[in-house]
Amino acid sequence: MDAACHIGGRRLALYDQQIRLRYFEKRAYDLFLENLVKGTSHLSLGQEAIAGAFGVAMRHDDYTFATYRGHAHTLARGVPMAPVLAELLGRENGLMAGKGGSMHLTSVEHGVMGSYAIIGAHLPIACGAAWSAQYRGSGQVAVAFFGDGTTNIGAFHEALNFAAIWRLPVVFVCENNLYMEYTRTSTVTAVPRPAADRASAYGLEPVLADGNDADEMYAVATAALDRARAGEGPTLIEALTYRHGGHSRADPAKYRPPAEVDEWLARDPIPMYRKRLVDAGVDAAALDAIEKTAMEDVDAATEEAKAGAAPGADLLFRDVWADGGSSWRN
Amino acid sequence: MAELTYREAIARGIAQEMRRDGNVLFLGEDVAAAGGVFKGTTGLLDEFGPVRVRDTPISEQAILGAAMGAAMTGLRPIAEIMFSDFFAVCWDIVVNEIAKSRYMTNGQVSFPLVIRAGNGGGLRFGAQHSQSVENWAMAVPGLKVVVPSTPADVIGLMAAAVRDPDPVLFLEEKALYPTKGEVPDGEVVDTLGRARVLRSGAHATLVALGNMVPRATAAAEQLGAGGIDCTVIDVRSLVPLDTHTILAEVARTGRMFTVEENPRLCGWGAELVSIVVEESFFDLDGAPVRITTPHIPLPAADALEDLAIPSVERIVTTVEKAMNQ
Repeated sequence: MDAACHIGGRRLALYDQQIRLRYFEKRAYDLFLENLVKGTSHLSLGQEAIAGAFGVAMRHDDYTFATYRGHAHTLARGVPMAPVLAELLGRENGLMAGKGGSMHLTSVEHGVMGSYAIIGAHLPIACGAAWSAQYRGSGQVAVAFFGDGTTNIGAFHEALNFAAIWRLPVVFVCENNLYMEYTRTSTVTAVPRPAADRASAYGLEPVLADGNDADEMYAVATAALDRARAGEGPTLIEALTYRHGGHSRADPAKYRPPAEVDEWLARDPIPMYRKRLVDAGVDAAALDAIEKTAMEDVDAATEEAKAGAAPGADLLFRDVWADGGSSWRN
Repeated sequence: MAELTYREAIARGIAQEMRRDGNVLFLGEDVAAAGGVFKGTTGLLDEFGPVRVRDTPISEQAILGAAMGAAMTGLRPIAEIMFSDFFAVCWDIVVNEIAKSRYMTNGQVSFPLVIRAGNGGGLRFGAQHSQSVENWAMAVPGLKVVVPSTPADVIGLMAAAVRDPDPVLFLEEKALYPTKGEVPDGEVVDTLGRARVLRSGAHATLVALGNMVPRATAAAEQLGAGGIDCTVIDVRSLVPLDTHTILAEVARTGRMFTVEENPRLCGWGAELVSIVVEESFFDLDGAPVRITTPHIPLPAADALEDLAIPSVERIVTTVEKAMNQ
């Protein structure tokens, strides 16, 4: 995200990204508790360094393909908070006027080509966008984010092979937070590293990264994006991370050992990154200012989202077809 | 005017659109170097090269995912699913992704793509390579569905499908690949959502689709010799559905028979009967009758498959019985 650099360099941009994602997700959770967020929702609390780093590293016209856990990946591309929050609230001023909901956030003008709620489905679709970029010679890269559980579904394997044989400019980012929904992925997977250990099956180098380290994620992202743009084909990244909460809002995550949770909370990417920046001589006041601005933005977005009306009935029959309508007969 | 087979018309239809628009790409299993397992795409690789005509692995989700991703970023892909039965392994991409995404995103994305598939029985391939899946496709909001019955319609409807801004399932009737028909010279472009009245009669309307069209036509010839004068309509497009043409003919003749290859439950004819009964009930002189494949998987043996799929003889006897009651 080129625009973020104006606040004083890449590391500040990385901090800014993570803070904004964190504050947004916390606010989304608070609004659940107020029963304002409809349906289900899946938060990226604890996993912000991955989406944030890619948001900084990607070119403005690159493509993002996210999952149902996609608030962070959407915001990281520069989509304003208010329409995203309004979409969660089912309001007319939502990103898709309330027709998609939390699991389908899309903002084509920001390169966010959709959030997909069927495990693995978007990996082949990202291949298609990458194929298109390759054919058009546009230099764009498609990035598909997904969880560890996705590595056991067929679409993952079809997409990896497809991307490899056609040398597509696509980056596959597995956010390995150790759990699928309620089950530990290692208990149902034949290899210890669900993505990295599969890379060699598709002629790819295994890339294992600390998903809680924004600097490392930025480096890994940049290398993969550069490789894709250079015509050298896809990269499969496995980023180790941990979700601070449950799978969805219905999940208190009691299946996780407390010691494991404590260990990962101690490795929270955001305080770690803040400390690193301060240790490196960054003025704490600059970081405080980032936090203050982010919270003000979240507050403003909350008010704007809440002020939105319920979607009108005219939306019900709109946009099944490209002519804007839904007619199936004459 | 030239005589072409239905099979030859496939390649001509695709080539016509690829010549016209450089953003039309074609991918599928065995489609390029081999020219298609039904030899329907012979010559495309030679003319358009391996960048635009691409063989894929046996990865139906990847094929349709690639088509979707390409369509939403400015291209107009044509994807082949070899047998329509195989939609079962990639139906998620069709139903959950391609069909819903425009609506879910409040119109932010479009999917100008065509998915071709060999459909239906008649080749004694057994239950997993013979099914007519038009009723699956028709049941999904967000998909357009066409089924050509002649070489000219293959070309014209392919052009219409490729140029359409929405996703189109283009079901080719495998049993019709060797059949021949006249095709106009030059560019052939048709319109989606238009049924065609092939034959006009006074007593009954036979509404047929795809491989059932020539059978309904042959049945109408026999019925005419016996004094029952039938209209025959080729539906051609299930979505959008040309109810005007069908309702008008049914109202004029007072009787409707659907001739469907899909298994009976929720076949396209059931929807049509419901429309006719709801909207044209007092024009009917008798109950609408559906002539369909029974609700069974298709058997392989020729003797059994011929019993399952509506035949000219079954159409004739069913119509005669109903009309003489």
